[in-house]
Formats: sequence, C-alpha cells, structure tokens
Amino acid sequence: MAETRRAMTREAYGRALLEAGKEDERIVVLTADLAGSTHTKYFADAFPNRFFNMGVAEPNMMGVAAGLAMSGKRPFASTFAIFAAGKPWEQIRQVIAYPRVPVRIVATHAGLTVGEDGASHQMLEDIGIMRILPNMNVIVPADANETTAVVKFIARFDAGPVYVRLSRAPSPVVFDEPPPFEFPAATVLSPGNDISIFACGNMVSVALEACRRLAEEKISAEVINVSSIKPLDAETVITSVTKTNAALTVEEHQIIGGLGSAICELLAAELPTRVMRIGVQDRFGQSGKAEQLLSYYGLSEQQIVVGAKEVLK
Amino acid sequence: MDSITILKKKATEIRCNVLRMIHHAKSGHPGGALGMADILTVLYYRYLRHDPLRPDWEERDRFLLSNGHTCPVLYAILADQKYFPDEEIWKLRRLGGMLQGHPSTAWEVPGIEVSSGSLGNGLSVAVGMAMAAKLDQKGYRVFCQISDAECQAGQTWEAATAAVHYRLDNLCIFLDWNQCQIDGHTEEVMDVGDIAAKWAAFGWRVHEIDGHNYDEIIAAFDSFAQTAGSNKPTLFAAHTILGKGVSFMEDDPNWHHGAPNDAQLKEALASLLVVS
Repeated sequence: MAETRRAMTREAYGRALLEAGKEDERIVVLTADLAGSTHTKYFADAFPNRFFNMGVAEPNMMGVAAGLAMSGKRPFASTFAIFAAGKPWEQIRQVIAYPRVPVRIVATHAGLTVGEDGASHQMLEDIGIMRILPNMNVIVPADANETTAVVKFIARFDAGPVYVRLSRAPSPVVFDEPPPFEFPAATVLSPGNDISIFACGNMVSVALEACRRLAEEKISAEVINVSSIKPLDAETVITSVTKTNAALTVEEHQIIGGLGSAICELLAAELPTRVMRIGVQDRFGQSGKAEQLLSYYGLSEQQIVVGAKEVLK
Repeated sequence: MDSITILKKKATEIRCNVLRMIHHAKSGHPGGALGMADILTVLYYRYLRHDPLRPDWEERDRFLLSNGHTCPVLYAILADQKYFPDEEIWKLRRLGGMLQGHPSTAWEVPGIEVSSGSLGNGLSVAVGMAMAAKLDQKGYRVFCQISDAECQAGQTWEAATAAVHYRLDNLCIFLDWNQCQIDGHTEEVMDVGDIAAKWAAFGWRVHEIDGHNYDEIIAAFDSFAQTAGSNKPTLFAAHTILGKGVSFMEDDPNWHHGAPNDAQLKEALASLLVVS
C-alpha cells in the first residue's frame, strides 16, 4: 500500500488563524500554557498584543474569552481537548453556551492518537459533552485542509459558540485543498447504495479505505464526512440512509454521546434503521503509538469492513 | 438634604423593593442583596458612567454581579433607573419573566452584563472585559461584585492572578465580606481567613472598608478613580452585614435565602423605614 499522505490539523489551524488575524483585528487568541502545541504561536508572534496566555487556568480562560467576545472581540481559545472541553465545561455552559457568546474553542490533541501520553490526555468524550449543550456548535474537520476551511468559516461566525476538535498526530489527507464549509456540514465523499458509513475526523480516511475494500467484495458503501456533528445535516443523513437502509458510524470517540449517538438519535426519530457504531467501547485508552492504539481499540479499516458486513447480514 | 443623606434614602428604598419582590416571588436570596445595597447604590447613583436609555453604549462602565443570587438588589436598582419597567420586578422568578432567579444576558435584560449564579464565574468575564478595554484603549471601567464564599473557589484566584498579570487598573471588585454562606458562617464552613491580606498578596490594591459607611465607600471609589496608570486592579474588601437593615435577618445565615412571609415583610419594611 502506498504511504499515506499526512498533515497536522493543529498546524493548519495555526496557519489559518494567523491569516484570519491579518484580515480581522477583532480576532484575539487565548491559550493555557500550550501556545506551541496548539500552534497558536504563529498568531502570538505576529500579534503579541492580541494574544493572551492565561497559564494553566482553563476555567478562567473560558470566562475571559467570554468577556472579550462580549466586548466586540472574536476570541479563539485553544488548549488540549481534555482541558478545553473537560476541565472548564461548567464555565462554558454558564458564560458561553447559555448566553450564546461567540467564543471559538479550538481543541487540539483529541482522541486516541494523542498516543504515548495515555488516557489522561486522550479525550474521548468531548463531542458528547459539547454537543449536549444548547447553542453549542461542534465541528470535527476530516483533515488539515478542511481545518483551514473551518477556521476561515468560524472566524466570521458570530451566531454562537463553536467547539472544533483537532488532533495531535498528523492526519491522513482527505482533501487536496480546503473544501467549501458551511453549516450544517456533511458531505458524501464516495457515493454508494448498500450501506451509509458516517465518519468524522481521522476516521474519514479510514472509512474511505474500508469503502474501497468493500467495493472489492461487491459491497457499495457510501461514505459521508460529517464535519459538523452539531448542527447535524439531517437532510444528507436521511437521504443517504433512505437509499441504503443500513448505517455504520465511525469516530475516534466513545460510542456513547458522539457522532454515532447523534446519527442514532436522528434515525430513531425519522427513519428507524439498524446502526453499527464503531468507536471506543466505553473504556479509557492507554499509552502507545497512535496507529497501534487505533488498531487496538478497533478503529480500523478492517473493523469497518467486518462491521458493514455484519449490518448487511 | 446633603448628597449622602439622599444616597442613604435611596438605598433604603432599594432594600424595601428587594424585600417586596422576594416576598412577591415567594423565593429568593434577601441576605446578600440587603448587604450590598449601600455600595451598589453609591455605584449606580454616583460613580457608574452609564445610560439606562442606551444599555449597549460601548463606552459605558460595566458592572458584573458574580454572586448572582443577590440579584434582587441589582434588579431593584435597574428598575429604579428605568432600564426596564417596574412591572418586571413582579415577574421575578416566574415562568416567562426576564428577571430570572439568577441573572442572565441570555434573557437580554437591559443592564445585565453577565450570566451568573454559578459561583466563581463572574470575575473571569470581568477580567476579559477589562482586557478588551485595554486592547481598544477605551476608558470604560469594569466593576464586579464577588462574595467571600467565592474566595473558596479556585477560579477566583485564577482570575485574580490574570488581572494582575495583565495590569488591569481599570478593574474594581467589591468583595462582599459578610462571613455568611448558605451552610452557615464562613469561618465554620471553610474559613477563608484574612482575605484582604490574600488579595493584597496577589498584587491587588486593597481598600478595607465598612460596606455600610458612606464616607468610607465614597473614599474607596474616589481612590479607584485615580488608579489609572497604577497597573494594578483594585478590590474593596467590604465588611458587610448579611440582611443589613432588617434586624431579624442580620448576620443570620438562614436568611441567605428564603422569602419573608406577610408578617415578616411588614416588620422588615417597618424596621427599614424607621431607621431612615
């Protein structure tokens, strides 16, 4: 197999943020002692007076970001997903989501692909705890180029708060250039008739690989990149499943609360369908290499192929 | 009448309305609201640069109430200043009313600057607003009320650290130091010790005042008005009395929350009006 092309979503974020910052001086950036890791350092170097390092104090960072947004700024607050969604969840709920304050929370280092740092840093619950908040929007870009498009979009999005989920490890390239992005965002990347495979983030490229494997076995899978988990593109989901009558979801997240749950909630109400959810099976991660972990926890092309056949049995 | 007498009469009127609205709502938190009536009256009727007809005026001073449960005092003042019609206060805590049990900008209440209620959150937002003012080189000031019990919350100290780091001399906190919280006296629940000294140690300019003494309150505001360029945020460590002005409520943690019944309201209003 040819070597997979990869690029870091967090680096794409940092570059796109710098560009956005050049165009709009209302953009301000906050981090909690992770300017380098989140690649917000490019912005910090270019616009030191619009960059605020808040130290290891994420709850305060979210409140400060809200205060800046309420004063006409367009804040981006970035840290690792575990500290962006988990630690300050209550602050996000009270002073960002409830009053619908347009803070852009861009979280890096989500999921198992954090790798060696282990379970304490492998955020696998963030999609769930963010999307449950009224007014919150949740975006999981499929790769670096989609990240660029997303940053451009949210820089101008003032209708409410946004949570963006990025990775640590370089992500397989899905798009050769930044694709169009608008809410609600779900795109059919590979059309098919037998089963709908809904994927987000790093799992999109894995789903596309599985789709090719399934094609060899005469199974026609449709792969949908669900970039915005919330708002969910109900029309695209329903259209696909109406055609295929079978669904599989795959995400680098707990099977509870994330993309799989969002799809099941929609289908249960609109189009009851059997859904196979591939993700982390209600357990914590551990140290290891990114690729090893994905395979160990069943987030592989092989698992999708097996799962799809199981659904179609 | 001299100006202090006028302010005191206004504070009494505000206290009466606090009690009336909580009595009418049949729930709420009178203790802290009565305790902060003097400082907030001096703020709103003497120092705050604001315009009730233009609540979104960009250059306005901001006041953020972090210990949101004391909101009846703020609602009473905002209604009196015509931010919204008086009738609203009779819908306090009622379905569909904009005056929620804890105040929120989600309900677009004119004059409300932050959603609060979860203790420890407000100061961080105030810090963000003060930072924005600095960034835009605007002259507005940010005032924020916090409670002594909020000094038990870690986030308060995160915000206290950041305000000093970013040299926010346009930020002024009123610390409602009444030594009471819902479970009892602060000393017994979780002693916060000499909080004035703690804030000073964090790098704040601290004015320790009697929160019911108008000369001291005014002197503290006058001093804050001259801090521009000092690079340090200011805190009024205000010794206050929970339930101030209503003898049977004073310093009784049981009045942290709870609505007066008809007889208690009558007695409370009588005791307030006698003093004034």
